[in-house]
Amino acid sequence: MDSTVATSTEENVWGGGNRPLGASYGKLMMWFFIVSDALTFSGFLASYGFSRFKFIETWPIADEVFTHVPFFHGNYPMYYVAFMTFILIMSSVTMVLAVDAGHRMMKNKTIIYMFLTIIGGAIFVGSQAWEWATFIKGDYGALETKGGRILQFVKADTGERAALADFSKTLPSERVDHEMKNGVWFYKGEALPSYTVNEVTEGLKSNPNILIRTETINSEGEKTLLTREESLNKIKDAKLVVEGANLIRNEYGSRLFADFFFFITGFHGFHVFSGVVINIIIFFNIILGTYERRGHYEMVEKVGLYWHFVDLVWVFVFTFFYLV
Amino acid sequence: MAHAHKLEIFRGLIKFKSNTQKIWGVLVFLTIVTAVEVGLGISKPDILTANTFLGMKILNWIFIILTLVKAYYIAWDFMHLRDEKSSLRRAIVWTPIFLVAYLIFILLFEADYIYNVFKDGYVTWNF
Repeated sequence: MDSTVATSTEENVWGGGNRPLGASYGKLMMWFFIVSDALTFSGFLASYGFSRFKFIETWPIADEVFTHVPFFHGNYPMYYVAFMTFILIMSSVTMVLAVDAGHRMMKNKTIIYMFLTIIGGAIFVGSQAWEWATFIKGDYGALETKGGRILQFVKADTGERAALADFSKTLPSERVDHEMKNGVWFYKGEALPSYTVNEVTEGLKSNPNILIRTETINSEGEKTLLTREESLNKIKDAKLVVEGANLIRNEYGSRLFADFFFFITGFHGFHVFSGVVINIIIFFNIILGTYERRGHYEMVEKVGLYWHFVDLVWVFVFTFFYLV
Repeated sequence: MAHAHKLEIFRGLIKFKSNTQKIWGVLVFLTIVTAVEVGLGISKPDILTANTFLGMKILNWIFIILTLVKAYYIAWDFMHLRDEKSSLRRAIVWTPIFLVAYLIFILLFEADYIYNVFKDGYVTWNF
């Protein structure tokens, strides 16, 4: 009935051509995607919260895990992540400026701002790779007990963390890394840690300045420090030397902590990476004059929405991984 | 919508002359909020960590609220939801808020229950 009325298609509810939300099809679809992706990320972060509340008394303290800044030695909790956050917000700003310049049909300005956005994204992805590498490599090393709990070491006089290399003894033994060239059939062996449990134990016994720190968080919000006798007793439970982090175990504490770290920041990093790729495509399209010919720069706006969304997610990841 | 930007933030407390100026203004605001978060995260004032509200440290509540504030300004000004029709804005914002609030409520209560089972129940998990 409607389609036959040719004069009033614009006004007609069923005739099509209505835009009740005032947004184009492409933009609406981008919003659909963003909302569903937001739900995915929320699912991840909520499950992180689930695991954390489940092990609330033993969860690692982020300030003690992420303490490194490239090119600087020492203990600088959070500064580098704060820098990364700022970079991402900054690249969001250049993105909005690009969208704004696009609305005003200023091709050259749009090109410059898109370029800056891509650079910002690249710096962020690079920083995240560095953050991962540091996390995987680890800091001090720790022991794992039979029950899968992590024991860390502290110097009694200064209260600083002690690395395994600081006190472990070197005992003569025949420990050889299994390498591909030595086997007739290659099968994978785990890489050997720098010290054996025995060497760490002997080191602890002979060095009265070393105490064990357990995962349990005390009422002051710090990890529990054992006395010398308790330490000597506790080390009998040790089964494994853990250095750095992987998906199975990590020296920072709860195993789930590293798993969630890899999964959530990895998923976010992948979003940033694909965002950079999409930005590059749009960047070249602008240079080629595609949007100039099309008469509008809505494509920049759409990719901008995605880019801001990535920034938005990072704001939450930053809070729940590094601050809370 | 391209030429109809709303140029006020903080409910009209600050008005900007152009859209570009508003973007820089929001950047300054977001940077300040992030700096406050990092400052609190490093110093961890005793008053804020010693007291709790609804089972969580005051400090953590501050972090979460500041995060939501940042999220609001990113969505409203960078993703220019402020300039969209209110029907679109509500559809985008309230759908995830409702679902996520529900999910968080369920998961955190369940997690707390499991924590108590580990703690008080006859379950050994730390050998």
